[in-house]
Amino acid sequence: MKKKVLTVDDSRTMRDMVAFTLKGAGYDVVEAGDGQQALTLIGTNKVDLVITDLNMPVMDGLTLIRRLRATPAHRTLPILMLTTEADESKKAEGRSAGATGWIVKPFNPDKLISVVQKVCG
Amino acid sequence: MEDLSRFKQTYFDESAELLAVAESGLLRLTPGEVDSDEVNAIFRAVHSIKGGGGAFGFTELVAFAHEFETVMDGVRNNSIPVTTELVDTLIRANDVLGQMLAYAREEAAAPPGTTDDTVAALRRHLAGGPAEVTASEPTPTVQPAAYPDDEDDEAGIFGDAMAAIDAARTEAETGIGAPVPEGKLRWTITFRPKPDLLLSGNEPTFMLRALRRLGDATIDCDLRSLPPLPALEAELLYLSWTVTLVADPDVDQEKINDVFEFVADECDIRISVEAPPPAVVAPPAIQASTDPVPVSATPPVPAATPKPPDVARAEPAKPRPNAGNSGGEHAGLTSHTIRVDLDKIDRLVNMVGEMVITQAMIAEHVRDLPPGEFQELLEGLEQLAQHTRELRESVMSIRAQPVSSVFSRMPRLVRECAAATGKEVQLVTSGETTEVDKTVVENLVDPLTHMIRNSIDHGLEGPEERERIGKPRAGTVHLSAQHRSGRIVIEITDDGRGINRPKVLSKAIEKGLVQPGASLSDEEIDNLIFLPGFSTADQVSNLSGRGVGMDVVRRNISSLGGRIGVYSAPGEGSRFVLSLPLTLAVLDGMVISVGEERFVLPLTNIVESLRPKAADLHGLVGKCDVMMARGEYVRLVYLHQLFGIPKAVTDPTRALVVLVETEDGARLGLVVDEVLGQQQVVIKSLEANFRRLDGVAAATILGDGRVALILDVAGLREMSRHYESGYSRPPGPAPAALPAPALEPV
Repeated sequence: MKKKVLTVDDSRTMRDMVAFTLKGAGYDVVEAGDGQQALTLIGTNKVDLVITDLNMPVMDGLTLIRRLRATPAHRTLPILMLTTEADESKKAEGRSAGATGWIVKPFNPDKLISVVQKVCG
Repeated sequence: MEDLSRFKQTYFDESAELLAVAESGLLRLTPGEVDSDEVNAIFRAVHSIKGGGGAFGFTELVAFAHEFETVMDGVRNNSIPVTTELVDTLIRANDVLGQMLAYAREEAAAPPGTTDDTVAALRRHLAGGPAEVTASEPTPTVQPAAYPDDEDDEAGIFGDAMAAIDAARTEAETGIGAPVPEGKLRWTITFRPKPDLLLSGNEPTFMLRALRRLGDATIDCDLRSLPPLPALEAELLYLSWTVTLVADPDVDQEKINDVFEFVADECDIRISVEAPPPAVVAPPAIQASTDPVPVSATPPVPAATPKPPDVARAEPAKPRPNAGNSGGEHAGLTSHTIRVDLDKIDRLVNMVGEMVITQAMIAEHVRDLPPGEFQELLEGLEQLAQHTRELRESVMSIRAQPVSSVFSRMPRLVRECAAATGKEVQLVTSGETTEVDKTVVENLVDPLTHMIRNSIDHGLEGPEERERIGKPRAGTVHLSAQHRSGRIVIEITDDGRGINRPKVLSKAIEKGLVQPGASLSDEEIDNLIFLPGFSTADQVSNLSGRGVGMDVVRRNISSLGGRIGVYSAPGEGSRFVLSLPLTLAVLDGMVISVGEERFVLPLTNIVESLRPKAADLHGLVGKCDVMMARGEYVRLVYLHQLFGIPKAVTDPTRALVVLVETEDGARLGLVVDEVLGQQQVVIKSLEANFRRLDGVAAATILGDGRVALILDVAGLREMSRHYESGYSRPPGPAPAALPAPALEPV
């Protein structure tokens, strides 16, 4: 069965690119425009991986990660932060919030696929 | 990367929206009342443009966006105070960003120095040191893993891990005896994760698979730390692995490290490589200041005392100042919308139009059937008619867009006009969500721009004058939109001085537009400003005097099937009212007949229809027939004459006269045989299917399948002038013979 990836980003371009890249690699992709939408989608979809932007309206990525980790069902769900913010403090914050790893934008499609394979097979 | 270029269009579309979001946010940014949601929205817009730009390699754009973003970040965390000067700089930066996007779209390099001034201005606002502003290179594709050491003292930082790996590498030269195949390298990787690795969402199986993809891997699992079943915690990890990987020389240590990117400090990794001589140049040895993770024969996994899950993870989300409402409407839309090519929608609109016509044709055919016999058929057709109507409305609504896309450009304009004229202006908008056809929305920009400029430039008084006459210093321009009886009505109201009627009248007389001594009503005088040639030299200023007069505004509006009017009260202000159809695909028309022919008159042109008495009719010798209607003389236009139609009713007292009004207020009496009734018709372009004809705006297909021409009243007026000398008898050849046979239903 295809693995399902949830991409969370307020930028349509970025979501489209993630979705296109991952669909090409054989994943199912669902999209959300912010953390709140992501939580709603996760409530009704079984996803194998979340790739989330950090800076989003309504609910930002770190809050989303914390909310997911606070739910028993998602304690071990792989969550990647997708962000242009390469600075260390964001990564540390992301890590303590419970992120699995990160991808720095702009990403190269092969790299994205290899990172995704690494965390969700 | 090539494949992603297909998203460029999305990127540019989205960036245009983001620029608009940023601009409207910047225009609302006021010193002293900074709305953090607003600032965040601007920041996010710039940030997203930068992020996408990086993906497509728009280096210059990204570098500039970075400068912009850095300052916005300062505003966001209150390290840069919001001043009028800052806002101006940021607005300029937003413009420059737009230019950079335009260059990127054209795949052209921006001229050198495009961003220099703005970058310099942005940097001046940076409170921080210069170090912050120099980092403008695009970020590298992927940063290596480097979680800094946090509260977890068992975690090694990346540097330590590297040192450990290097140490292991050199040690491991003594390694396993089996010969390494020719041209290959044999790596030995020992991977000992910490027990809570799973809780960060990492899964060792996938890392092992990733190693397998690099070459021929043999994986040994070390089960020694596995506790007896009752002591086993399901979410903890007790295993470790040793992988022997035989791989091509292009697999280097970096690729292997990469597999463990996210877990470098949550596990103990040893990597060694065997001859043939390593293809990899060892990175300069990093001497860690602390002792590297110890290499020990006994697994270090403390099975009995697993660490509890990180507290931070279970911590409930902290309420964030902006969570909840910032920019919600624009982000919320995204996953519920799709982008569709406009052509596809237009094809759909066209098809539905055909369906409406077909349905009307069927309805016409069955009208004469005896009702008792075909009850079910008639009921079915009634339902079909209902559904067709709903379908048409739904399809039309796809093309509908809120006028906010136009309204949102106006604050900028007002700001500029106010600055240029030295006036204080407050813009109030309402009804931004009112929807109207996309084409109408797009074509509203120019007229509205001109009218608002006009209101500020000519309508509003300067602040001193306003104070003197007891008005607030700042003038108000109110822009509103609403639906009214199947049309959209847009009003531009100002509280300025109103139209100076004596001046307008004398100007019109001077220009020869009005006869000296003519007595005009106030309304008529106000509407003189729409006459071609009224715009005068001494009106030309930087703002509204751009060679475009109000006549052009009216022409633009009427080409959209709209009307414009002005209402003014001296000293109190003016109100311009635009009324436009909601769609350009259908038209409310009146079907009329002349001889055997059918025509459609746009309802908006029709004033009334009447049957004149002989006493109302006057022939002007050598000129044309006129009719007295409502106290004024109206020129009669015989349609049968203009189009050369035989068997028409030629005597006006036995025919009907439809009183019509052109967009510029001129009235005509069209002599027709009969008025058959009002009908909504689907507009078919005559130019696209045949060619342009004088006096004809378009064509349509009526319920009985016949082609009917939609008349262009202004064109008819022009045509009728050619007949001024021959009113008494229909002339021989008509200039525009009916092309009916050539018109096939499209």
